[in-house]
Amino acid sequence: MTDLTDLTVAEIRDGFRAGDFSAREVAEGFNANVAAAKALNAFIVETPEKALEAADAADKALAAGEVKPLSGVPIGMKDLFCTQGVQTTAASHMLEGFVPTYESTVSAKLWDAGAGMLGKLNLDQFAMGSSNETSYYGNVISPWKRDGGDNSALAPGGSSGGSSSAIAARLCPAATGTDTGGSIRQPAAFTGISGIKPTYGRCSRWGIVAFASSLDQAGPMARTVRDNALLLEVMAGFDPKDSTSLGLPVPQWEAGLSSNLKGKTVGIPKEYRPDGLNAEIAALWDQGIAWLKDAGATVVEVSLPHTKYALPTYYIIAPAEASSNLARYDGVRYGQRDLPDGAGLQDMYAATRAAGFGPEVKRRIMIGTYVLSAGFYDAYYTQAQKVRALIARDFDLAFEQCDLLLTPTAPSAAFTLGEKQADPLAMYLNDVFTVPASLAGLPAMSVPGGVDSQGLPLGLQIIGKALDEQTVLNAGLAIEERAGFVARPDKWW
Amino acid sequence: MVAAWPMSIDLQTVKKIASLSRISVSDAEAEAMVPELNNILGWVEQLGEVDVSGVEPMTAVIPNHQRLRDDVVTDGNVRDKVLANAPQAEHGFFAVPKVIE
Repeated sequence: MTDLTDLTVAEIRDGFRAGDFSAREVAEGFNANVAAAKALNAFIVETPEKALEAADAADKALAAGEVKPLSGVPIGMKDLFCTQGVQTTAASHMLEGFVPTYESTVSAKLWDAGAGMLGKLNLDQFAMGSSNETSYYGNVISPWKRDGGDNSALAPGGSSGGSSSAIAARLCPAATGTDTGGSIRQPAAFTGISGIKPTYGRCSRWGIVAFASSLDQAGPMARTVRDNALLLEVMAGFDPKDSTSLGLPVPQWEAGLSSNLKGKTVGIPKEYRPDGLNAEIAALWDQGIAWLKDAGATVVEVSLPHTKYALPTYYIIAPAEASSNLARYDGVRYGQRDLPDGAGLQDMYAATRAAGFGPEVKRRIMIGTYVLSAGFYDAYYTQAQKVRALIARDFDLAFEQCDLLLTPTAPSAAFTLGEKQADPLAMYLNDVFTVPASLAGLPAMSVPGGVDSQGLPLGLQIIGKALDEQTVLNAGLAIEERAGFVARPDKWW
Repeated sequence: MVAAWPMSIDLQTVKKIASLSRISVSDAEAEAMVPELNNILGWVEQLGEVDVSGVEPMTAVIPNHQRLRDDVVTDGNVRDKVLANAPQAEHGFFAVPKVIE
């Protein structure tokens, strides 16, 4: 018999509706996998009872002929989404024990569509990190190992590392992620799965613990492009509670899927091929270009001349916004309070924040505070917002010549945990290919293209025009069909 | 093009940033942060070489307009929910240490 936890979201949805298996059987299968995978540390909170409750509701709904889009499908929820009655920590000590009295818009849409929650997934603390090593609740471990008996623990990517690890290990068929500078795409690439960051404003940010509000976007992560399309349809949509939410109808992305790219032009940005680009990454990129040509697309070289400035721009803007957003953690309204004997209010703030934030979060708050401080604001922040405008203009000009862009997702395969911890800058460089699309608010997706010589997955990134998720998904599908990516980690956990 | 870039930050500056950030740091922590923050700030300063003449700073990543709605109460009466996660709440209020000015 098929192991139900090997099925994709679409297969679960369709098989459940056809009566091939019950929603309860599916939920029990994934609950068992979650319970047996403590070694991956992918979950901060497990909620098997929630998964079963939704499954029983789905089984009843099917009997009554009232199935919803995601009836029968259990998913993982990144612990950055506020979930009513279930602890939401953003992987921080600061929010340990915080139990929201409300539900984020995106998670509410998923539950309303019939999905069930397997648990809250681990992440980098406040979504700040590229390796899932900044969580207060410990590192997430990738289920992947290098070939040849190398037993090193590998990074699942970050910040949505719990999501990527859990999906790759078949602990859930799909999960939510959030992406500020690459936090959906890079972990997807590291673990051999797919993930899409939609156009900024597609998914409501309401109820998502804020990091950098002009960059934060929610999106799905799953094993197939189809699953991403159908999940994004549920997650996206106008929300009056988010002032940057787009008041546009949600396209039927799943129904619109087509891997025929005839008439589409793919741009290859030459600045994404720096000297010293990893040879295996470069070879996969060339293979991806060939696949898209095979799907009918025309390929042209394009230039995005300000690419090299994207990372430094991001590392001014994101910390600046973080320093402002994280000012709310004051030990008064929610979360931890550290009140030394005889301390006054100001001392309480400083002690609370010293104890509640990890080193990377403090580092970013302080950088952000500095670049926004009197006398330096124009030199850093205003300059960065001007360069950001130039980066966005680069994309606008490139899209006069093409419909989408193809690039690698990350400059390397998954690295060893601890390898880049000592040097914040080396860690930041991981996001070199993902950050530009974030700064420009564009939809971008990572799909697995193959494995490197050590057997580790590598991802290809597709960047589309604003609001054109369909072309991104279609190109992703064209690659998926041609890559035939079937590699999966051997179970050791 | 750009206002004068600060040369590099020293221990005093790190302590001042920490104070503005309301994060207490020990002397040892502050000292460790001096090279760390200087490395990052030195790296981002390459933005100074970009010619931005005539470029407006980005204010909205995707063109959108500010929505207005009728000025009416749309929520409220959730005091207990608002206070539910407070480390200390008394008599329907957030409680903080005594403030004497």
